[in-house]
Amino acid sequence: MAIRINGTDVQAPSDPRVSLLDLLREELHLTGTKKGCNQGACGACTVLVDGERVVSCLALAVQYEGCEITTIEGLSKEGALHPLQEAFVEHDGFQCGYCTPGQICSAIGMAAEAKRGVPSHVTDDLSTDTIVLTHDELRERMSGNLCRCGAYNGIVAAITETFVEAGE
Amino acid sequence: MSILEQAKQAAQGAAQSVIQKAVELAPESWLPGGKPDPLIHQKHGLIGKPVSRIDGPLKVQGKATFAAEFPMDGLLYASVAFSTVPKGRIASLDTSAAEAAPGVVLVMTYRNAPRMKPMPVFMSNAKAAGGDNLPVMQDDRIHWNGQPVALVLAETQEQADHAKSLIRVTYEAEPATTRFVEAKAQNTQPGLFMGQPMKQEIGDAEAALAAAPVKVDVTYTTPRHNHNAIEPHAATIVWQGDELLVHDASQAVTHTAWSLSEVFGIEESQVHVTSPYVGGGFGSKSLWQHQVLGAAAAKLTGRPVRIALSREGVYRMTGGRTLTEQRMAIGAAQDGRFEAIIHTGTVAMTHHNAMPEPFILPTRSAYAARTFKLDVEVTYLDMIANTFMRAPGESVGTFALESAVDEVAVALGMDPVALRMVNEPSEDPTEKKPFSSRNIVEAYRTGAERFGWTKRNPVPGSVRDGEWQVGMGVATSTYPYHRMPGGAARLTLTRDGRMKVEIAAHEMGMGTSTAQTQVTADRFGLQLDQVDFAYGDSFLPGQVLAGGSQQTASIGASVVAAQHAMVAELLKLAGNDSPLAGLRADEVGGMEGGLAKLDEPGRHETYASILSRAQRDEVAVVGSAPPPLETMHWSMHSWGAMFCEVRVNSVTGEVRVSRFLGSFDCGRILNAKTASSQFRGGIIMGLGMALMEETQFDERNGRIMNPSLAEYHVPVHLDVPEIDVMWTDIADPHAPMGARGIGEIGITGVGAAVANAIYNATGKRIRDLPITLDKLM
Repeated sequence: MAIRINGTDVQAPSDPRVSLLDLLREELHLTGTKKGCNQGACGACTVLVDGERVVSCLALAVQYEGCEITTIEGLSKEGALHPLQEAFVEHDGFQCGYCTPGQICSAIGMAAEAKRGVPSHVTDDLSTDTIVLTHDELRERMSGNLCRCGAYNGIVAAITETFVEAGE
Repeated sequence: MSILEQAKQAAQGAAQSVIQKAVELAPESWLPGGKPDPLIHQKHGLIGKPVSRIDGPLKVQGKATFAAEFPMDGLLYASVAFSTVPKGRIASLDTSAAEAAPGVVLVMTYRNAPRMKPMPVFMSNAKAAGGDNLPVMQDDRIHWNGQPVALVLAETQEQADHAKSLIRVTYEAEPATTRFVEAKAQNTQPGLFMGQPMKQEIGDAEAALAAAPVKVDVTYTTPRHNHNAIEPHAATIVWQGDELLVHDASQAVTHTAWSLSEVFGIEESQVHVTSPYVGGGFGSKSLWQHQVLGAAAAKLTGRPVRIALSREGVYRMTGGRTLTEQRMAIGAAQDGRFEAIIHTGTVAMTHHNAMPEPFILPTRSAYAARTFKLDVEVTYLDMIANTFMRAPGESVGTFALESAVDEVAVALGMDPVALRMVNEPSEDPTEKKPFSSRNIVEAYRTGAERFGWTKRNPVPGSVRDGEWQVGMGVATSTYPYHRMPGGAARLTLTRDGRMKVEIAAHEMGMGTSTAQTQVTADRFGLQLDQVDFAYGDSFLPGQVLAGGSQQTASIGASVVAAQHAMVAELLKLAGNDSPLAGLRADEVGGMEGGLAKLDEPGRHETYASILSRAQRDEVAVVGSAPPPLETMHWSMHSWGAMFCEVRVNSVTGEVRVSRFLGSFDCGRILNAKTASSQFRGGIIMGLGMALMEETQFDERNGRIMNPSLAEYHVPVHLDVPEIDVMWTDIADPHAPMGARGIGEIGITGVGAAVANAIYNATGKRIRDLPITLDKLM
């Protein structure tokens, strides 16, 4: 069985030690997904696996046969940026740009989690079905994605504009 | 650093002080910056506009190519083994299992590494970029815990990492100095910064302090810090015959190229360093041993090498900010005027670098005082060479200075903003030079108003919200204007009316390429999309360090010089048939896609017209920036007022920064959007320094204990509130574009603003960073 990456089938690597991240970066040259710590602490390598966010450095590639992977390269359609990518540019949600693909993929997965009613550490009512992405909810849920340049305000503004104000 | 090198630095320093005297006395018109950049008066252009980053679309799509992302055929992957003792020699080294492991092409140790010279250590030469000047895998000596002892090259990273785990090394350890207190007791020496002594006395500060009616005399301490750029250090390296190509993550491409040529004994022109995108630098991305080792291994195997340091590798192989212990004493009269400022103390350094964290720098120019005593003493440890990290000196120095000012305000029963205004100097208080531009009073006034400073209850511990204690604090931030020698730029104007700027500068996220595109467009009367800005390549003109917040000024002065050459050339080409005929270069400026007489814009000819009449496809010129004498004539600094509101949990000691405002006076702001990000980014790193950041150093064996982003805490989304920034936008008449650099000032003053707010909230004065929960329990 193949791994489907941005709509293209890819064979799983023969070396079972290869992480999903290294498969993307070193074998497929999809270097948009970044390696910041290789130990799940920074979130720079976040990709979407069947729509859920995963830190690809802690994921062995061979585990993802039959799965649908979306990386930053798979977000823009026919050359047009994803609305969240547009919003990141508009709100200056980055400086160096290294954590950016992870922030963007993470935010897309995060918005879907909120939509499904998954509670977070700051959710008051754990039994609620509707999560409102307040400033605190959003920041708590994005706290696994580090940005050392400190573009957090811009990132939050971009996510808010795309997923909260737009009512997605 | 050797005694010889110290002597050399001191001699350079002495020569410099002679020049300095002459420049101080020189008439302003003779100096760079003596005549204001004409752009300062141009109010309707692109400068200052919140233009989105021109490389933004690339970055948000993951299409910007970083150092470890250059594809090459036959690429080998490196993995590095580190020493586990701080000092001694390698007793045995067994690499046989690693060599036999699948995919391994080379195991390099001191036994088979090519002969190389040490890296020229930063500041030993204008182009030196090395973090240390130790032998790089040349012998069995160990100088720090974490020193590379072996490097494996294999066909894949997995194979290299596995093979590295099979290397067996034993050591003959020798007694090492790894405890700060012991080292300090053995020996300290006065620190030299950029060749100049930091020790300075004006009047008898100790006597003035003793006699002062109000005084504070305390010790502040700050720990080691690591930059932790999210992109770990990496390089993709290949030898093409005798020529070395390094795709690096660098804030010093020209310096790195020259330094590598010294290491390998080849010509500077044989080393090509590129660095189009850098995933954060903050002072860390210079030349460390990994590029040297990668190039050496590439040489031995004849194949391209990618050396991408692990996060642990970044901590083991590249230095961070060192620790400081600062005595800060202020004596004040009853009206608040400072009688004495004493700022002295000790920092740890190594014998193989030259970076005594210069924490006294902010104290030199911040306040008027009758007497001063400043000194940074250095003690030597067996540890990885410490280095420059965002606002070296000012970041940690302002924590002591600005906390102490707050303590004086408390002792006087005076508002801390008012106390600062009382001590506002009319000229630089220690250098006795005029300020080029200083509007800190304005920054305080507007900042205080916007923040609602008057609502602060001055009585500590008096504002509560449930179990949270709420407080406000304020501190001054400051960072100097620098412009280093060696700036140069090439301008190429083509017949289609496009201008290309080429300069060996850097983009680490500061927004340089965007801001400089705006500036160039305004200089030449062009649209944004008619300007190309090429950078990040050592083969381009200029030697432009992305450090000391000087890049903006360095590029600015280089482009101004090139512009003069370009205009002169164009006037020559325009000839007698042009409306510009007979005009001198200083009478014309760029307007509406061409040149025009400044006071008679009707006399105008487009670039396209000039070039086409002259039958030229393009005109190219190179201009070199004049030596940076302006900093010797004027005291040039940026200023800011940092306002902070914290909430401290009275049960857990948890600190939450609920509001923050930075009000800056940094000259003219070139791009409101990217500048805001620079300010906020600095402030956020300052919040990290205040509340959580610490490189934990095991004093028993000199090993860094938390070499990971899981255990070295940096601010995350939830730690960071909405950060408000504002600026005076008052142009500095003596700086190119009227702008002073803004990359580092944001981190300064933040530690004190937070600490002062915590004091106001709780009545607890914490003088040891970071202010963790345990210190407030």
